[in-house]
Amino acid sequence: MSKIFKARHAMGPVVRGPALVASDGFSARYDLDRIKGIFSRPAHKLAGQSYVGKILVLDTAKGGVATAWMLHEMKSRGIVPLALVLNSVNPILAQGAALGDVAMLAGFDEDITSAVPDGAEVEVNPAEGCLKVT
Amino acid sequence: MKLDDEEQDILAGKAGPVPQQALQHQIKVGDFFHAKDFVPVTQAHIMADTESLGEAGVQWLEGLAATTEGQHRVRIPTITDPRGTDFAKAEWLGQTKGMVDLERRAIVAFEKLGVAMTNTCINYQTIQPPTRGEHTAFGDTGVVIYANSVCGARSNFEGGPSALSAGLTGRTPRYGFHLPGQRRATLRIQVDYTPTTLNGWGGLGGVIGRLAGNYWAVPVIEGIEGAPRSDQLKHFGASMASFGSIALFHLVGLTPEASKLSDVAADDLPVHRVSRADVEALQKSYHTDDTVDVVVFSAPQLSLYELSDLAALCDGRKFAVPMLAVTSPQVKPDSDRMGYTGRIEAAGGSVLSGMCFYQSYAREISEARGWKRLATNSAKLVNILGGYGYRPMLASMEACVDAAVSGKMVRT
Repeated sequence: MSKIFKARHAMGPVVRGPALVASDGFSARYDLDRIKGIFSRPAHKLAGQSYVGKILVLDTAKGGVATAWMLHEMKSRGIVPLALVLNSVNPILAQGAALGDVAMLAGFDEDITSAVPDGAEVEVNPAEGCLKVT
Repeated sequence: MKLDDEEQDILAGKAGPVPQQALQHQIKVGDFFHAKDFVPVTQAHIMADTESLGEAGVQWLEGLAATTEGQHRVRIPTITDPRGTDFAKAEWLGQTKGMVDLERRAIVAFEKLGVAMTNTCINYQTIQPPTRGEHTAFGDTGVVIYANSVCGARSNFEGGPSALSAGLTGRTPRYGFHLPGQRRATLRIQVDYTPTTLNGWGGLGGVIGRLAGNYWAVPVIEGIEGAPRSDQLKHFGASMASFGSIALFHLVGLTPEASKLSDVAADDLPVHRVSRADVEALQKSYHTDDTVDVVVFSAPQLSLYELSDLAALCDGRKFAVPMLAVTSPQVKPDSDRMGYTGRIEAAGGSVLSGMCFYQSYAREISEARGWKRLATNSAKLVNILGGYGYRPMLASMEACVDAAVSGKMVRT
């Protein structure tokens, strides 16, 4: 039986895929090797793991403004997360998702990184403003 | 979002496809954050180094710049953050022709759009600081946090596409730190020491940034003694923004919106205490090696006063490892004229202009030059460079200059 989590903030297309979950932050510049498509920041809880084609379920946006360009650039090469699902985001992530047309959800009633099992198949549905875990 | 008549015309394409596309982007972002309407802005500042844009981003810019129909230049003063290179030093940095060519293409596109290539992340020191209550669309987190906190201006973090959009439409969605209610403190920080060094201020900003934790948190800080200087608050804010994605802080009795605690804080806010030991622990956590491959002063770009201090430390020294000092195109001519550049270069250092180290293909520079173990007095820089494969160390300007001479970083 699937569980549904409502998000207060949503944009982008409907996507389905495997969740990559950690109670940690996200910044494309600080955390990623965007050529290899992996988390590269040694202290990040997903260090060494591929983010390509994954629905990232993380805590909050970190760092600077570069992500606003980088999601678009990463998408042009196909080395991009399928969607971003976060407890909270900053404007940069939203601006980057808007330019790159990357699905994004944020703002849940519970800690979404605790609620979604790592590796679960999930659907991000911005039109309905919800995350479905199957 | 509620649109006025002019915005409806822009959205309908009556001003041409460029502002139409810009407004469409802004509405997507505004809707995401449930903005009710737009707010006029007076200046925009665009972060757009080509490492971030890539080929795709530059092509996107070139597409906008190629448009000749309707309004296709910015409506308000719109300036740029550092570029991805100092063209005079690109080869020495190990940057490729492809990187430099991409930079040149981006500059051509920006200039066609009417953007002024100031290439600085310290525009509040060098171009025009905003005034209290002025709504702006600033990029670069260090610029935003300084403008919001020290100047009392009103800006969100505006990434490159959004800052350019604001330049083209003269407005931005009214959410976040444009709203008075969002500017109230969400946590109290009581500090029991006031740093004197720039790395100390950056370290304190980093500790508070980690505590505060996310963009919507607003720390109000008590216990700072005396009046900090602009360079100190520059490092403090840039580091806090880097470690915590924080866009606004208040210093009780110092920053314009917090002449007293009750101006910005409710009685029941959570209280955190930060000590000198917390700042020293942050600094020590980065000291994982004793050998230094390169010393970098950057992030934010150095002011004329910082370059003056650095020049004094360089007198009579001879560097064993490369030492880079990065400043803005506005400061560099004065540094040359005052003789600071010459004194730094006489010791074997390099003064670069118009770039910032981490925005300039830092990973590729590391691979080309064999630079891994990097010493700096910038807490922001050490926070960023780990992801680029560096082993960054945080120390005072004096200790970093000593490390440039000996190739060793003394543990403190």
